[in-house]
Amino acid sequence: MLFRRDTANMWTLITPPTVWALHFLFCYVAAAIVCAKDPSWLPGLRLAIAGATLLALGLILLAGLQAHRHWGFGDDLPPHDEATDEDRQHFLGFATLLLVGLSAVAVLFGALPALFITECVR
Amino acid sequence: MGATPDRRRRECSAGLVLGAGFLVSACGGPQSALDPAGEEAAEIAHLFWVMLAGAGLVWALVVGAAVFGGRFQRQPISDRAGLRLILWSGAFAPTLILAGLLIYGLRLMPVLRAAEPALRIEISAEQYWWRITYVGAGDVRIETANELRLPAGRAAELTLDSVDVIHSLWIPSLGGKMDMIPGRTNRLVLRPQRPGTYRGVCAEFCGTAHALMAFPVEVMPPADFDAWLVRQAAPATPGGDEAAFLANGCGGCHTVRGTAATGTIGPDLTHLAGRSSLGAGLMPNTPGNRRRFVADVERLKPGVRMPSFGMLAPAELDAILAYMESLR
Ligand SMILES: [Cu+2]
Repeated sequence: MLFRRDTANMWTLITPPTVWALHFLFCYVAAAIVCAKDPSWLPGLRLAIAGATLLALGLILLAGLQAHRHWGFGDDLPPHDEATDEDRQHFLGFATLLLVGLSAVAVLFGALPALFITECVR
Repeated sequence: MGATPDRRRRECSAGLVLGAGFLVSACGGPQSALDPAGEEAAEIAHLFWVMLAGAGLVWALVVGAAVFGGRFQRQPISDRAGLRLILWSGAFAPTLILAGLLIYGLRLMPVLRAAEPALRIEISAEQYWWRITYVGAGDVRIETANELRLPAGRAAELTLDSVDVIHSLWIPSLGGKMDMIPGRTNRLVLRPQRPGTYRGVCAEFCGTAHALMAFPVEVMPPADFDAWLVRQAAPATPGGDEAAFLANGCGGCHTVRGTAATGTIGPDLTHLAGRSSLGAGLMPNTPGNRRRFVADVERLKPGVRMPSFGMLAPAELDAILAYMESLR
């Protein structure tokens, strides 16, 4: 798993944007399939998108808690640019935290249309 | 160095007022999204003003902060305060503003798509003109071209399609833009409110004569519209002699309902002389322009599929034009 890691690395860094990408793909691909096959499934799909959004936000929150730990709980301010293992960890943790914020907002924005659009094509 | 600063300031503000006048006068007219004549366009214009006010506010705040930082705040602030400033005004505030504008914009989408209108009009974009078919009760189809008429106060559903490349239909005074994609039918509902003549255009580059692909839109009082549609449904009542028209092959591409001309490649000409423009909004539909168009269409409208007929004997051309004139 990419969660419960002792140290930060490239994989923990890209976890939040990956969740965002998967959520985005699910919303748009599922909507395209439902509207092409049977628009009467749309109410169910909107519920599924709501569920996927909660799941994605939960995963991003977990990644955020972990990144906050890797950052050293904010003890040290950026820029973390010393050539030390500690600064490398703090840098990765802080960068992941920023990506957590971006990904959370993007997941919410990506799900918003499902809140307003109640029918296919029309 | 001749002008005093005072005089220069006066000239400058006079110039600003004049410029603003020109700008404002450009906001009206038959093709302006800022001068809406229908419900959809009014929603979009309102959205624009809200967005503009939001953008203006953000601009004022950012410039204000820059002026404050350059003029008044000379002491550096602490790292922690700096980070907090970046976090709040660089991340939280823009996110909240964007979320507000996004929700406000998305809220419009169901409104722009709703309703089951009684009137359905199929519009097919073809390089470089518009095939327009009114579909009435009982699937009665009334074909015309290059001129859209709509009843004021009633919703009309436009189903949009293309036969060649991607075009886009935009009547700024009445509503938003909608792409016309080969193999796909898009739907646009318009509720015109104010009778008048507006202008629609192709809003997606589609070839050499793209800029010459437009059409007049006539929003009429509903009773007038109904009467007009009844007249459009009737076959042609040509007064002239159709021999020259048919002999030169015009009927191979154009339909004149009720005659031997049944081509479907070009625009339907059944009631051509009753339209206000010629060649898809190219020029006013006058006898002189019709002569120029028939004789020299390839130069007037590059890329058009119709050949020019300027090589015909003058008497032959006269006969064709007299026949066209009679198609009221
Ligand atoms: Cu076009």
